[in-house]
Amino acid sequence: MAKVTIDGIEIEVEDGTTILQAARKIGGKVVPPAMCYYGPLKGSGGKCRVCLVKVTQGSTRDPRPMPKLVASCITQVQDGMVVENTTNEEVLNARKGIVEMLLINHPLDCPVCDQAGECSLQDLSYEHGVSAQRYEEERRSFNKVDLGPYIQLHMTRCILCYRCVYTADQITEKRVHGVLGRGDAAEIGTYIENVIDNDFSGNVIDVCPVGALTDKTWRFKNRVWFTKPLDAHRDCPTCSGKVTLWTRGEEVLRVTARKDQYNEVEEFICNTCRFDKKEVSDWNIEGPRHIDRGSVISANHYELPVVNVPIVPNLPTSTKKNLPQE
Amino acid sequence: MGLKILTEHINVPGIETLEVYRKHGGYRSVEKALKTMTPDEVVEEVKTSGLRGRGGAGFPTGMKWSFLAKPEGVPRYLVCNADESEPGTFKDRWFMEHNPHALIEGMITSSFALGANTSYIYIRGELLFVLRILEKAIAEAYAAGLLGKNILGSGYDLDLHVAPGGGAYICGEETALLESLEGKRGNPRNKPPFPAVKGLFQCPTVVNNVETISSVPWIVNNGGAEYAKIGVGRSTGTKLISASGNINNPGVYEIELGVPVEEFIYSDQYCGGIWKGKQLKAVVPGGSSVPILPANLILKTAAGEDRLMSYESLSDGGFVSGSMLGSGAFIVFDEDQCIVRNTWNYARFYHHESCGQCSPCREGTGWMEKVLHRIEYGHGHQQDIDLLVSVSKQIEGNTICPLGDAAAWPVASAIRHFRHEFEWHINNPKEATTPGAVYRGQFDTVTA
Ligand SMILES: Cc1cc2nc3c(=O)[nH]c(=O)nc-3n(C[C@H](O)[C@H](O)[C@H](O)COP(=O)(O)O)c2cc1C
Ligand code: SF4
Ligand code: SF4
Ligand code: FES
Repeated sequence: MAKVTIDGIEIEVEDGTTILQAARKIGGKVVPPAMCYYGPLKGSGGKCRVCLVKVTQGSTRDPRPMPKLVASCITQVQDGMVVENTTNEEVLNARKGIVEMLLINHPLDCPVCDQAGECSLQDLSYEHGVSAQRYEEERRSFNKVDLGPYIQLHMTRCILCYRCVYTADQITEKRVHGVLGRGDAAEIGTYIENVIDNDFSGNVIDVCPVGALTDKTWRFKNRVWFTKPLDAHRDCPTCSGKVTLWTRGEEVLRVTARKDQYNEVEEFICNTCRFDKKEVSDWNIEGPRHIDRGSVISANHYELPVVNVPIVPNLPTSTKKNLPQE
Repeated sequence: MGLKILTEHINVPGIETLEVYRKHGGYRSVEKALKTMTPDEVVEEVKTSGLRGRGGAGFPTGMKWSFLAKPEGVPRYLVCNADESEPGTFKDRWFMEHNPHALIEGMITSSFALGANTSYIYIRGELLFVLRILEKAIAEAYAAGLLGKNILGSGYDLDLHVAPGGGAYICGEETALLESLEGKRGNPRNKPPFPAVKGLFQCPTVVNNVETISSVPWIVNNGGAEYAKIGVGRSTGTKLISASGNINNPGVYEIELGVPVEEFIYSDQYCGGIWKGKQLKAVVPGGSSVPILPANLILKTAAGEDRLMSYESLSDGGFVSGSMLGSGAFIVFDEDQCIVRNTWNYARFYHHESCGQCSPCREGTGWMEKVLHRIEYGHGHQQDIDLLVSVSKQIEGNTICPLGDAAAWPVASAIRHFRHEFEWHINNPKEATTPGAVYRGQFDTVTA
């Protein structure tokens, strides 16, 4: 076990835990953002650099601070390590810089993007972005790419986190897509136009932190905040069949894997569940899905019992008395 | 003439053949190491020699070797980094072309010291002609029993392969090199684990530069202590310097570390002075990635002493008024050279060569290049200079591998020392873009 202090909060974690995972155990503000790291994917992380933190004390044995900021998602804790995330100016400045870089070639077309409301880059820009624009050069642009009947790629929005590549590598039988080209000319692509076609290919949509890989069966159907997420399952011969249905009225608009508060899927699901089972009758509904973070839906908490919510703040005292107390 | 360790026989006709090479004392170190020394003894000699990596970072070679993990039943590898893509650096190519057996001899003694039974020379793909030369020399060595099973009856086996890369600067970074050697895209790996623990095929690996490895035979033959006597301070031994730019005698020179920079530039033994008798304006002393220094700072250190061709002296003053020996690529600029244009040119290179894995490097290198391009072509704004400084800071230290730093330093240092020149470009776009025009005013030399 190792004791580590993050932004002044101490926690004891298993040896081998990364700083990011330790911070997630504490939760709340001390958790660094992550765009490329994805728990269920082996080898992910280290690329986007938004999770950089300052290690002001390496360990009890070697208390020297680490000379550079480190990527919290791939740096393991040591006993006695002291980490600064939101309490460190250098970290916040670096993060601001990296968000600026990430937005250079990202179109900010949130109003028409299917990922709006569930986009990690949106959250990141909200928290660390600057309002002024310093980039006046021409931007990278791409045509949209059809990757088969289910998936469309909007390369302009891609931040090259490699998550979809790791997903395809690790949970599908044959990876046909990857990163082509170098530097800012790098792109996600299928070498000589190919179709991404196998039972688990739809998961690349779930792992994409931005709206680069989109679900053709859901594209432009609705905004995520108008939908109601329900946990549901079915007896599936290919995957666990445990999903979240995103519904509006009687209609199932989208099916995704169930994700935790860091937007990481609990279990990858198959294409049949995701793309073909769009009737309520296909599913056993378990109840509303609680969304903590990672979606604009978490802002509404519609699933809490309504009685506990003080709806109108300035009611006359006489009326207030009659409302159930918290 | 100083002592020559690597290049003593380089001009001997036929030295690229095994026969002539052996006639001049070649492969003695293999006999000595394999028959009379233990691997640990060889490592000790290299430690004693104080030899530092010649690939750029200058990390002590013996120490690097002693970090190599030695788990039971797992192979270890020595990989020679012959990628050599840093602009201005051309010493390894020249050396391998003229003296291939010297590298092979170094590979054998070094592999023996590290307990590697398979070793690789990873060479830049464009250097096909050097690859052919090496392959021919390797075949000769195999035929003479210097490679393969039971080398010279010592019981030690070694297979040596040459692997051409696709020709990307990033594949010179040691972990990207290993990825490429494994047949994958040349993306640098996150560290730790370091190659000494998990390198090629996840096995303990040492990656060393051509010149580093080629220095080992002399150390084995003469002893580390003798080697440590050459040079100055912690910069021991000799170093190949590839000198280019506006000098009378561009080329590769073997120097004893510690030669004064002034002597190196002006003596006929080396660069032979500035071309056409012009004034010295600036020097990039260690390959395009290291900070550029204006004439006065390259000749004198912050303390006003003569600057020497050594790791310590060239970095004296840190990144404010110093630079680095780096890979030993000495690039000289005379008074007619435009710093803005050169900085843009370097930025163009790093933009093109970024692997694109991490966001600050992928996006930042292109950003810097485009702003510099605008300034160079007369469309700059005053605030662009601070923007460049700021973007270079956003990249520096925040990336997976040092390519980000390599892209940031030339820009930051050019602005630090030649800010007036950038301002002049921006304020006088018409004049600045006239062919042949160059700023002739004052430099902002930081001496602190
Ligand atoms: C972007 C980049 C490119 C590099 N290219 C080379 C190269 O071409 N040759 C080389 O020897 N080292 C190169 N290096 C340094 C290597 O990563 C490594 O430090 C070196 O090969 C170690 O050898 P040494 O200890 O003998 O110097 C490069 C480093 C970076 C970051
Ligand atoms: S498409 Fe999405 S998941 Fe794939 S690399 Fe781009 S941003 Fe990451
Ligand atoms: S710094 Fe540049 S070259 Fe190095 S890993 Fe990051 S993107 Fe690739
Ligand atoms: S989340 Fe750590 S670098 Fe991307």
